[in-house]
Amino acid sequence: MFDLVKHSILFSFFIFLSSFVNADDRKFNLGKLATKTEIAGWNIDVRPDGKGAPKGSGDAIKGEEVYAEQCAACHGDFGEGVDRWPELVGGEGSLDTHDPVKTTGSYWPYASTMYDYIYRAMPFGVAQSLTHDETYQIVAYLLYMNEIIEEDFVLSEKNIGKIKMPNQKGFLLPDPRPDIANTDGKPCMENCKVPTKIIGKARDIDVTPEEEKS
Amino acid sequence: MKKDKKQSLKLNRRELLVGTASLGAMAASNSVFANEVSSKNLPPNVPEWTGELGDGVDVNPYGMPSQFEENVIRRNVEWLTASSQSSVNFTPIQDLEGIVTPNGLCFERHHGGVSIINPKDYRLMINGLVDREMIFTLEDLKRFPQTNKFYFLECAANGGMEWKGSQLNGCQYTFGMVHNVQYTGVKLSDLIQETGLKPKAKWVLAEGSDSSGMTRSIPIEKLLDDCMIAWAMNGEALRSEQGYPARLVVPGWEGNMWVKWLRRLEFGDMPYMTREETSKYTDLLPEGKARMFTWVMDAKSVVTSPSPEKPILNKGVHQLRGLAWSGRGKISRVDVSLDGGKNWKTAKLHDPVLSKSVARFTFPFEWNGEELLIQSRAIDETNYVQPTIQELQKIRGVNSIYHNNSIATWLVNSDGKVDNVRLG
Repeated sequence: MFDLVKHSILFSFFIFLSSFVNADDRKFNLGKLATKTEIAGWNIDVRPDGKGAPKGSGDAIKGEEVYAEQCAACHGDFGEGVDRWPELVGGEGSLDTHDPVKTTGSYWPYASTMYDYIYRAMPFGVAQSLTHDETYQIVAYLLYMNEIIEEDFVLSEKNIGKIKMPNQKGFLLPDPRPDIANTDGKPCMENCKVPTKIIGKARDIDVTPEEEKS
Repeated sequence: MKKDKKQSLKLNRRELLVGTASLGAMAASNSVFANEVSSKNLPPNVPEWTGELGDGVDVNPYGMPSQFEENVIRRNVEWLTASSQSSVNFTPIQDLEGIVTPNGLCFERHHGGVSIINPKDYRLMINGLVDREMIFTLEDLKRFPQTNKFYFLECAANGGMEWKGSQLNGCQYTFGMVHNVQYTGVKLSDLIQETGLKPKAKWVLAEGSDSSGMTRSIPIEKLLDDCMIAWAMNGEALRSEQGYPARLVVPGWEGNMWVKWLRRLEFGDMPYMTREETSKYTDLLPEGKARMFTWVMDAKSVVTSPSPEKPILNKGVHQLRGLAWSGRGKISRVDVSLDGGKNWKTAKLHDPVLSKSVARFTFPFEWNGEELLIQSRAIDETNYVQPTIQELQKIRGVNSIYHNNSIATWLVNSDGKVDNVRLG
């Protein structure tokens, strides 16, 4: 009996202490602590350094099969894109031309982004239905098609943060804007030298939706 | 009897629309109909609506705009995207007044369609470099200190079709990826007091629970400066297409970062380099390199009337109307030119002029049937002056898609019709 009382007093004291600590740290005392299981279910992002990559693996050989089944209907058998769905393969050397082709191979700076995006958002309309192995397989297939890894390279949580993407150094930081000349708030008001010849009309391009044509 | 009359009114309207179809639906839906009059309703006659009772208070529990405003709608460009669930439509800014965008007209941009979420099932998870990883319900969020702010939200690709030349003949299609509403929500700087932050936390990943699992990295300075989680817009709950029941508000920064259906904030020590901030929303320059993390929306303005959808119908006096906004703060001045930028006059800015909110300007002018080249030019409180397209092209080329804040030109033809044109 005495033990029980002592025990419950200690317990109450502990509860009192913990609520005191909480109240002190947490200004409003709203919300609840998240459990590890709850976090694990939603914490699906994968960073460039590989942090967050789940356990799993896959190569391009297996990937070709999964890709054909899950991705090819929109992106084409070879990543060439169907209709207006995005191309995933090719485009090297096109970024400084008049018609740049931005694919996972020519443009995406990190393989982790491919894993993260495919797992969270693909296949379009059936998001988060792929297994981790299937996702690694698809990423491996796309990396292989873009000539970044060999066919039998086994992509996994251990090496996805180490894949060197061709355009990794193709991005500029920080944002240099404002990048225009006039930031003194005093633009020309009268007799300004500006081009005033009409060189193009949207009406002539004729791509405005029908209802709005004039 | 009453219904019959209504029916006939509707029929009359349809006949009118059909009858004027040859003038183009644009003119028919806006101004020509408004100009069509039924003389039996004019003085000295007693109008038909006077001789009958109207609807009672039990007819429209949620009111809708007048049936004569049914052309004031969001519109999309079908050929732009592969699927309507990963696409965009445009706010009809040419038909709006003041600075508030009505909730049902705010443009939509989805990457996996509109998620429908029972607010009882809503949870916001905060994890990563915090002292306590936590989960909040919507009711929890509403118990924090509240903030109410007007902000514009503009898609970074607004005007993106116009880099190479004038493509779309409409104010709505070239400037309509913007809306401006009053948000109600909780500031992140308040919310974060519950979780605490580890000193190493420098970035936050905001994640949506929609089918695209939208994700963007935001530097912590911005998050704690003025970002909020909003559950209401213009006084009522968020619309589903705007992220019901809760979205992120990132004032002055590109719309893609304002994650809708927000489910998670993860704090980390580096950016997450998500698809939306690497393969998209990076600005490709002529030399083949791309700018990354170009978040702020530069100062911009547009003349909403006259515009391709708002032709001039009469000679004489008119009130030019327009909108201006800047992601860097308040609009300090808007100039208007009627001769393609050679000469400028300062327009009237209407109260309220708020930071990172759309501002309304007007400018009276007289039209006597001559051709006009109408432009507007915004200046913000940092003295940034809205540039011409040539100024931007010189530095950024024509393939950067995003952040085209250049001055547009509307050609008013001698018949009063208006065209989107490029000067060079």
